[in-house]
Amino acid sequence: MESAELIRRLYESIGEACVTSPDIAHVEIHGNRVVGRHLVPGLKVEAEEAEDGVSAHIRVTRGTQIAEPVRICFGILPEQGIQRVRIRTDLEEGARAAVMASCTFPNAVDVLHEMEAETNIGPGAEYVYLERHVHSPAGGLRVVPHARIDLAEGARFRTDFELLKGRVGQMEIRYRATVAAGAVLEMSARVSGRGDDRIAIEEQADLVGERARAVLTTNIAVREKARAEVKNVLRAKAAYARGHIDCKEIVREQGYAEAIPVVEVEHPQAHVTHEAAIGSVDAKQLETLMARGLDEEAATDLIIEGLLSPTHPSST
Amino acid sequence: MSSDSILELQEIILELGGRRILDCLSMAFWPGHVHAVVGPNGAGKSTLASMIMGLGDYRAHGGDVRFEDRSIKELSIDQRARLGIALAWQEPARYEGLTVRRFVGAGAADATEAALRRRLEQVALDPDRYLDRAVDRTLSGGERKRIELASILAQEPRLVMMDEPDSGIDVEALGRIFDAIRLLREEGVTVLLITHSQTVLEQADHAFLICCGRMVAKGSVAKIKEFYGERCLPCDHQNAPREDCNGER
Ligand SMILES: Nc1ncnc2c1ncn2[C@@H]1O[C@H](COP(=O)(O)OP(=O)(O)OP(=O)(O)O)[C@@H](O)[C@H]1O
Ligand SMILES: [Mg+2]
Repeated sequence: MESAELIRRLYESIGEACVTSPDIAHVEIHGNRVVGRHLVPGLKVEAEEAEDGVSAHIRVTRGTQIAEPVRICFGILPEQGIQRVRIRTDLEEGARAAVMASCTFPNAVDVLHEMEAETNIGPGAEYVYLERHVHSPAGGLRVVPHARIDLAEGARFRTDFELLKGRVGQMEIRYRATVAAGAVLEMSARVSGRGDDRIAIEEQADLVGERARAVLTTNIAVREKARAEVKNVLRAKAAYARGHIDCKEIVREQGYAEAIPVVEVEHPQAHVTHEAAIGSVDAKQLETLMARGLDEEAATDLIIEGLLSPTHPSST
Repeated sequence: MSSDSILELQEIILELGGRRILDCLSMAFWPGHVHAVVGPNGAGKSTLASMIMGLGDYRAHGGDVRFEDRSIKELSIDQRARLGIALAWQEPARYEGLTVRRFVGAGAADATEAALRRRLEQVALDPDRYLDRAVDRTLSGGERKRIELASILAQEPRLVMMDEPDSGIDVEALGRIFDAIRLLREEGVTVLLITHSQTVLEQADHAFLICCGRMVAKGSVAKIKEFYGERCLPCDHQNAPREDCNGER
């Protein structure tokens, strides 16, 4: 298939049109091919195609502030396939950028998508990485995003994972971050599973510098026979380091949810908190919506819709 | 009791944690009128509202609750809501991620953008600033109460219970809430205000004073104001349901 047609179909599967504005940088990767690419000043992308995927190096040069979010679209349109993506991202000192990454496998019956990301955010740099997934209704895929993130002094990073459409299938997210002095990290994931979906999320942040801050948020809903296992680890090792873990999992029907918060503090002036709520929806929330005339099912759906929505205010 | 009432409570007895919270309480509410229920902390006012709405802990009770001459005792919360009964909680719930737009729109009779905006304006909130915010901990208590009231107005109910509508509300917004109450009355909606405040009490046509889950007095607002102000309070009992309750039985 022609690249242009592949690009169109990738965007179509996420309910969007192709990016046409010259001010918006974008990169499209289908399977192991880079099918589209448009860059803006200060953004460098080198990509190498491999047998079953792509290796890329993304760089935002020192002090560059990219106004419009960069669009990256990964995907496999056929029912079967393997896509292994290795990405190294460097935000140089004082750079600022946001990436809106869409990962789309709309027809997957037997698809494997692996992501091995290494992200270095330089001193005072700011980076936002939003990852939105579209999966097939059958959930015939395994998604394995792993990332290692390094925040230098005064850097900021916010990442957010959301499944927009389709079934999870099997998902194994593992993010590990190191947060230097004065740097701020926000990681969140919002996923709902059903059928025989399997969700495993492991987020870890090491607060190694003074006044380093991190908030790890995980909101999950499982129903039917879906299972979710969430492990959040926060380690505070320096003075005035602050961290918070927030995990909410709503379980319906035969769903299963598990949360393991691990907090470690190695400095008397550090402070870490965690909050986990697992099980049925909150009775007061439910009763309030029922008192608006919604039946229990509709009220529960609305509460979960909120929980999984991306509108959450930043807590830092 | 008169069958012209829209809601009638017949000898309600409700026990929680082994204590009698509502003690043989009978009340009638007239359609299109504003009623106030006053009483000290722990008197059972919020319990009364929860019982009428059919909330979980408050469903098992003696006596009967009749709405338009029909027992609603066995009805679920949403069934009662669909009959037109609405409750604004003393402490409204918070929701993660759920926007004001979705929340107010959830049970709205008219969920168009224009209608939702009008509902927020009715409670003195700027729709541009609030519609896309989440009904979560970033809203103040007073803001949440006003959003809750907006959602109830949007429901276009027939009977509205407002549990302490003034708590956490500033003077200006309270004026708007009183306007909303007047409008409800003009539209023929029955209102039940639960309050400690004389100003809120003054919005009502009739009032009830309850204490220890029992009716102590009922009648005109003037009468209850006097009774509440001069004979009931200060009151040194602990508002435990005992026989030495200060009031006429
Ligand atoms: N679910 C419950 N389980 C046990 N006791 C309860 C429950 N709900 C209310 N109570 C008790 O019932 C009594 C009446 O409570 P209620 O909240 O109805 O009082 P109130 O009149 O609304 O008081 P306030 O003016 O403080 O709001 C109190 O003693 C309270 O502790
Ligand atoms: Mg109360």
